[in-house]
Amino acid sequence: MIDRTDNNTDQITLAEIFDEFEFLGDSEAQMDYLIDLGLDLPKLPAQEKTELNRVHGCQSNVWMLTDFDDEVSSPLHLQAESDAMIVNGLIAVLLAAYQEKRPKEILDIEIHKIFDRLGLDRHLSPQRKNGLNGMVKRIREAAMVKLSQEG
Amino acid sequence: MNITLPEFDVEAFRKQFPILHQPDSHGRQVIYLDNGASAQKPQVVIDKVVEAYTKYYANAYRGVYEFGQRIDDELELTREAVRSLINAERKEEIVFTPGTTASLNMIAQGYGRTVLKPGDEILLTLMEHHANIVPWQIIAEQTGAVIRYLPLTEDGRLDLEQLSDYLTEKTKFVSVTGMSNVLGTIPNIQLLASAAHAVGAIFIVDAAQSMLHEAIDVLETGVDFIVFSGHKFYGPTGVGVLYGRYQHLEQMSPLLGGGHMIDRVFEDHSTWADPPAKFEAGTIPIVQAIALRPAIELVREIGLEAIRAHEQSLLVHAMDALREIPGLKIYGPAPEHKGAIVSFTLEGAHPQDLAFLLNRHGVCVRHGHHCTMLLHDHLGISASVRASFAAYNTHEEVDKLAEAIQAARKRLRLA
Ligand SMILES: Cc1ncc(COP(=O)(O)O)c(C=O)c1O
Repeated sequence: MIDRTDNNTDQITLAEIFDEFEFLGDSEAQMDYLIDLGLDLPKLPAQEKTELNRVHGCQSNVWMLTDFDDEVSSPLHLQAESDAMIVNGLIAVLLAAYQEKRPKEILDIEIHKIFDRLGLDRHLSPQRKNGLNGMVKRIREAAMVKLSQEG
Repeated sequence: MNITLPEFDVEAFRKQFPILHQPDSHGRQVIYLDNGASAQKPQVVIDKVVEAYTKYYANAYRGVYEFGQRIDDELELTREAVRSLINAERKEEIVFTPGTTASLNMIAQGYGRTVLKPGDEILLTLMEHHANIVPWQIIAEQTGAVIRYLPLTEDGRLDLEQLSDYLTEKTKFVSVTGMSNVLGTIPNIQLLASAAHAVGAIFIVDAAQSMLHEAIDVLETGVDFIVFSGHKFYGPTGVGVLYGRYQHLEQMSPLLGGGHMIDRVFEDHSTWADPPAKFEAGTIPIVQAIALRPAIELVREIGLEAIRAHEQSLLVHAMDALREIPGLKIYGPAPEHKGAIVSFTLEGAHPQDLAFLLNRHGVCVRHGHHCTMLLHDHLGISASVRASFAAYNTHEEVDKLAEAIQAARKRLRLA
């Protein structure tokens, strides 16, 4: 069973992120906002920061947990944290996109369109893009496994 | 005794680098502290590139026409300038290459293959750049040779007390950085060269970092090979140097075959031209090599001692200022054992975030493992931030670096 008591209800939505990015306009301000999102990201419990939960391909450390709630048609409970704040900001965007989604919905999300719309592609170094791809891959793989189990 | 150092006018030197007077796209004054990655270019170098392309460009060592002759003359003038810079015996010992990485691969493959047998050893150090590790790993795998790494002391100097355990009759090559690109550590080249020669090993200096800060006299130190890159020496990208003692160059095989490097081509084999042509296959980075000369002349005009004195004062200032910052840890030895590089971590801040936030203040630094994963493993960190200084950097820039780090701490809610 997944403990949902700590689920933060004020999780930011994609629409809010899009609005804020548009309002800020300037790429420096947008990155600043991303850092703030990162700073406000809920922390992972220390015992979850294991090698098994580590996402490879990132320049910084990223730990990620993907749990599905079997009781209610498998919505995703995603938790992740990095030791880099800009990466935590990207994780906040991933949370906004994927949290509470079902495996089928997860696979249908065109995450690159979301990052394109935020213009993040232009500001991310190739290594960071690699890291981002690694995180997305991890989420999608979890969804695929879940979907195949559901048969 | 008071040694009077030659005067160095940092503002006058700075004026010669147009890019330093160019604000970035946000209108900020750029504080360029990534000189370890590549140095900026003085106007004389830029002018030389333009001059060569606009006044007498042709391919090298091919044409008897006037442009071709002039190009050849210019290249030979650079060769002579490099020879004189490192006090090599002959101009023919100076080979133009694409850079340090290429030079090291050429030595490892070209010389390693003729010398190394299974069980032979190659001695490197734990603070080498990947360019001075990977080529040796490749040749070690091909020949059955073994690589050993000389350990470091607690404060990031080479642990010379262990040298006799690592340097044995089996050691065929010793290849050491002239200055660590992370710790700034400057090893005792003279001592290492003598120790290597005492066991009959070939001694190579990766001078990519040190060339700009430390003079090396090849005759005095007895170094067998020196390699460096033009772009870290205020010179153009794309050109580097491989210096090797003539008898070594004669023994060494070329890595690349093709035009200009041959003596005679037969159907089933070819014979090589004499060094340096033997190692300069194809069309070399002609204009880049030509434009390396004004960089060398500029540095020599000011003098490496004057440059070093200025850089050391920047280093001491930077280490003092950064030590004041809570949670900041500097890696490497005390200033008297190192050149002007300060690598550090800040508790609670990822190097990637820190480098990004410093850029908000126009400060350009590098973050990551700086192509030294073995060293970072040894230090127990995955990444660091590096500020690396050149002679055009100022004390005000050092202060701005410290201020920018303080601002980053606030931004990351660490203060
Ligand atoms: C010590 C050292 N060796 C080798 C290199 C590689 O030089 P290049 O990239 O010019 O071939 C560098 C560059 O960072 C270096 O610092």
